Amino acid sequence: MEERKRTRISTPSSSAIAEASPESTVALLRELVAHLRENRTQLREEWVRRITESKLLTAMTREEIFAEATSVYDNYVAVLESGSVEALQAYARDLSERIIPRGVETHEVVGIVLLLRDVLARSLFKKYQSDFGLLNRVLDAYEPAANRIANTVAVSFVQERERIIRQQQEAIRELSTPVLQVRERLLILPIIGVIDPQRARQVTEQLLRGIRSNRAKVVVIDITGVPAVDSTVANHLVQTVDASRLMGATVIVTGLSSEIAQTLVTIGVDLSKMKTVGDLQGGIEEAERLLGYKVMMEQTADKPLS
Amino acid sequence: MRVPILKQGDYLIASIQSALSDQELLQLRDDLAEQAGRFRSRGIIIDVTVLDVMDSFACRTLRSIAHILRLRGAQTAIVGIQPEVAFAMVQLGLALGEVQTALDLEEGLALLSERTKRGGVSEK
Repeated sequence: MEERKRTRISTPSSSAIAEASPESTVALLRELVAHLRENRTQLREEWVRRITESKLLTAMTREEIFAEATSVYDNYVAVLESGSVEALQAYARDLSERIIPRGVETHEVVGIVLLLRDVLARSLFKKYQSDFGLLNRVLDAYEPAANRIANTVAVSFVQERERIIRQQQEAIRELSTPVLQVRERLLILPIIGVIDPQRARQVTEQLLRGIRSNRAKVVVIDITGVPAVDSTVANHLVQTVDASRLMGATVIVTGLSSEIAQTLVTIGVDLSKMKTVGDLQGGIEEAERLLGYKVMMEQTADKPLS
Repeated sequence: MRVPILKQGDYLIASIQSALSDQELLQLRDDLAEQAGRFRSRGIIIDVTVLDVMDSFACRTLRSIAHILRLRGAQTAIVGIQPEVAFAMVQLGLALGEVQTALDLEEGLALLSERTKRGGVSEK
């Protein structure tokens, strides 16, 4: 019995419920839907009351909750009737898109759907309490469908969240690795934030492309904004330096704090092939020297001439 | 196809035109070693711009070319390594060791003229 229920829950096809159970299930579901339509107002109000009581959806006003609850309720009944969750999926995604920016949490969304399931189940208990056998059969028909609805809504919500997270990660990645030209043939690459393998790869690729398009000879990589450096990050740095050298550019690494320097020495990363300078200013000065620039203040530059 | 080797003053320029087989790489090595002596070249540039793959054999051969030419009294520069190739090489741990590299032909010539100037007896 338990096994059969589970397979029905996970089957997405619309006729699954009807197929997997005896003929009477269809009739029972139809009766169920009629019951839910009849008591729409009352059950909906009961549901909203329970939501407010449980302090869910606190980010939304009572009117909003009521409006959303009505749509969810109608969708819920529609799914019970048709057995197809596609419309509900679309609605759930749309709903998630609207409420995620307002700080609604996963547990709240799952919570309200489970509450609705509970409210409806209770109304069924009340209606069929005289006939225990019939109640059992009604629940057999109701539960798999209800579980599937809960699943659908939760999954849609989580998917929407993940989509937003991916989008934001993408945006952060785009922002976080600028390759800037400060002088003819001199690039700087300030790295801010944690470096993971994926980002390290992206940084390297962007830098190599930058070297080619700007015809750079010297690159200053500033890691002042990198909170911690472990052997993985250090190896990425070494790889970046090697790859840049293959493209004919010299790399100067700057901004190694005393803690990071100590860590690197302690874990025994070999950075001897790298040029390192204390801070970004020093790095740019060193790069200018390599490129043959001589920067001086106007006054001191004028004096020898006069 | 044999890699064309152009003589430009004191330099030889080997410009690779298509992906090379191992045999052709060895041929390039022999040709360069021979011509570097014949023309008394001071610098050799190998242009690999068209290569989109650089395997371990190619890296080893380029290293040995540079070594051989150093023994023959010339500096070698590899130019035109593509960003993707450079990245793949460091990921696979393929190194060119002490071989000079430059962005493109122009940079390679500038690099060599600087290197070969040093220590040489200048004319006039």
